[in-house]
Amino acid sequence: MINAIPPAIIFILGAFLIPLFRGKLRSAYLLILPVIAFLNILNMHEGVYWTVRFLDYTIIFGKVDKLSLAFGYIFIIVAFIANLYALRVKDPGQHMSACIYAGSALGITFAGDLLTLFIFWEFMAVSAAYLIWAGKTKDSHAAGFRYLLVHLFGGLCLLIGAVIHVHETGSIEFGYLGLNGLASYFIFIGFGINAAFPVLHAWLPDAYPESTFSGTVFLSAYTTKSAVYVLARAFPGTEILIWIGAAMTAFPIFYAVIENNLRRVLSYSLINQVGFMVTGIGIGTALSLNGTVAHAFSHILYKALLFMSMGAVLHQTGKINATDLGGLYKTMPLTTIFCIVGAASISGFPLTSGFVSKSMIVSASGYGGMYIIWFLLIFASAGVFHHSGIKIPFFAFFSHDSGIRTKEPPLNMLLAMGIAAFLCIFIGVFPGPLYSILPYPVDYVPYTAAHVMEMLQLLFFSALAFTLLMLAGIYPAEIRAVNLDADWFYRKFGRAFLWFCNVPLTGFRLAVQNFSSGAIKSLVKFSSDPLLIPEIIIRYTLLNFYQILSAISPSQHLKEKRAALEFKASRLQKITESGRVYGADMPRRPIGLGVLLSFIFIFIYALIYLLFVK
Amino acid sequence: MKKEKEHFFDKPGNFKKFLGGFFISLVLLITIDFFIHKHPYFAWDGYPSFYAAFGFVACVGLVLGAKYILRIIVKRKEDYYD
Repeated sequence: MINAIPPAIIFILGAFLIPLFRGKLRSAYLLILPVIAFLNILNMHEGVYWTVRFLDYTIIFGKVDKLSLAFGYIFIIVAFIANLYALRVKDPGQHMSACIYAGSALGITFAGDLLTLFIFWEFMAVSAAYLIWAGKTKDSHAAGFRYLLVHLFGGLCLLIGAVIHVHETGSIEFGYLGLNGLASYFIFIGFGINAAFPVLHAWLPDAYPESTFSGTVFLSAYTTKSAVYVLARAFPGTEILIWIGAAMTAFPIFYAVIENNLRRVLSYSLINQVGFMVTGIGIGTALSLNGTVAHAFSHILYKALLFMSMGAVLHQTGKINATDLGGLYKTMPLTTIFCIVGAASISGFPLTSGFVSKSMIVSASGYGGMYIIWFLLIFASAGVFHHSGIKIPFFAFFSHDSGIRTKEPPLNMLLAMGIAAFLCIFIGVFPGPLYSILPYPVDYVPYTAAHVMEMLQLLFFSALAFTLLMLAGIYPAEIRAVNLDADWFYRKFGRAFLWFCNVPLTGFRLAVQNFSSGAIKSLVKFSSDPLLIPEIIIRYTLLNFYQILSAISPSQHLKEKRAALEFKASRLQKITESGRVYGADMPRRPIGLGVLLSFIFIFIYALIYLLFVK
Repeated sequence: MKKEKEHFFDKPGNFKKFLGGFFISLVLLITIDFFIHKHPYFAWDGYPSFYAAFGFVACVGLVLGAKYILRIIVKRKEDYYD
């Protein structure tokens, strides 16, 4: 046994103590929590820990190996940075859900069985939805619900897959699965929703920009990267992931170019970066898997940094659309510098973290001879520089002067950005420590003259394209607009479904209800006086008969008969309207008649039964 | 009214200097490229300035594709979903 406790427990139980502290004490507590978790994880060594017998199965809270440790480290580091960034948030609910969210991601990372995985998976969905709702706008409310529905659907896929898997294999252990059979397909889709596979991705750019300035920093780190972790654990070397990943790197950059909301631009580029990791998992060599883990590590840092810098802009100016911003470098120089460091890292500039991690995946595709994939990845590298590397800092901090004069964000936010920026550059300059925690031994040299030159050329000439298009006025102007994405299907379908329920379905229900209540009413009337209807039929038939007869022959007898019948008919009319009053307008019928009727019905019933049923 | 401090890009000369520096670095990158020993994965990526050409063409294609194809298809009014 080791002298450590599951890191998920530290965050999740720790979260519930947050409301007990106020002011400076709460700030201190929020910073100490990740520090404790980090000291704790340093005490965790490879092996299987914290197992519990549950029914016939073994629940494992601590499957510790190099893969899970690497994700564990970065999840805790980013929790510290994001907590520092969010210190001034007053709402304890946000701090709590952020900590529970981080804790569930750590729970997933060290889960050794499918049940634990599923439970933390659902925890993560709910706590993330709370962070989106914390935006407290109409849009964030709706986006949070959509987020929750999509992720509960994903969780359900995971559960179905897990149940089938357990039924087939008799084991709930979570390890390599491979794409073979129904169970693995369901689990794959469940993971794919969190990893934002193409078409399943729309929740991400839908929800992330709606959270608070600090909530998005947490969101950007955990959901997709824990999905990358479980994919790397269960589906390494699955060929379709190469193509899924390459598609993920390529299509969002087109959206990012035309998107106006800068945090939504970052959301699209998040999918693009996760695409690199997914491709790395699909290639499945030691180099590419190392690349995936390294890229997840550095990506979490620079993505958090970029979201923090945009959060700072939102926090200070209340605006986030490119159309409203510009010229902020004059009043927010430090934020500008931090943003540029993040932008350089995501673009993979030499001496930044993106360079030393992304190039491993691109090289792995090159060594594997996958030239289409390699082309897509290079294209995506150029594209990500274009929209995240240039567009984000350019439109927020430079471009035309929006006239906004503000000041730098509070010290804690600057510090958080500063730490992230420092780590981005530190990893870029000294990749050794990062390479040492990767799952496989690293035999990769990022800094060769050729490689540096290739990357610089790619980036500088992308920048040239931007400059020339900008100067020529061809670059698409930022427009306030909604860009349709895959969420169109469920947003519009949801509305169509509601309309279908409200109009045709409700109409049908009312028709059925009216018909059945009407039928019951007439049945009640009929059974209260079953002889009335035959009587009406007989009387009116006779009346018609005598009317015809008296028209043909003018006999006095017939006339009298007809008059008598007409009188009876008019009395019947009254009876059908107001009900029969026994004794007053008709004699009591003998019981025998009722008995006779019953016998007749029973006879008919018996006849039908004997003739047709038996 | 207090006159606002003049910032770096407020001086028109600075922007030109910045652009000039940028273009010089482009030329340098192309020139140095000829003297660097490459380890291409495939045949074409060993050509001099392959990455420069690719980066430029890819980004122009990206922007034109996004502006003239994607935006035409997906752009709606801001209150589209309301």
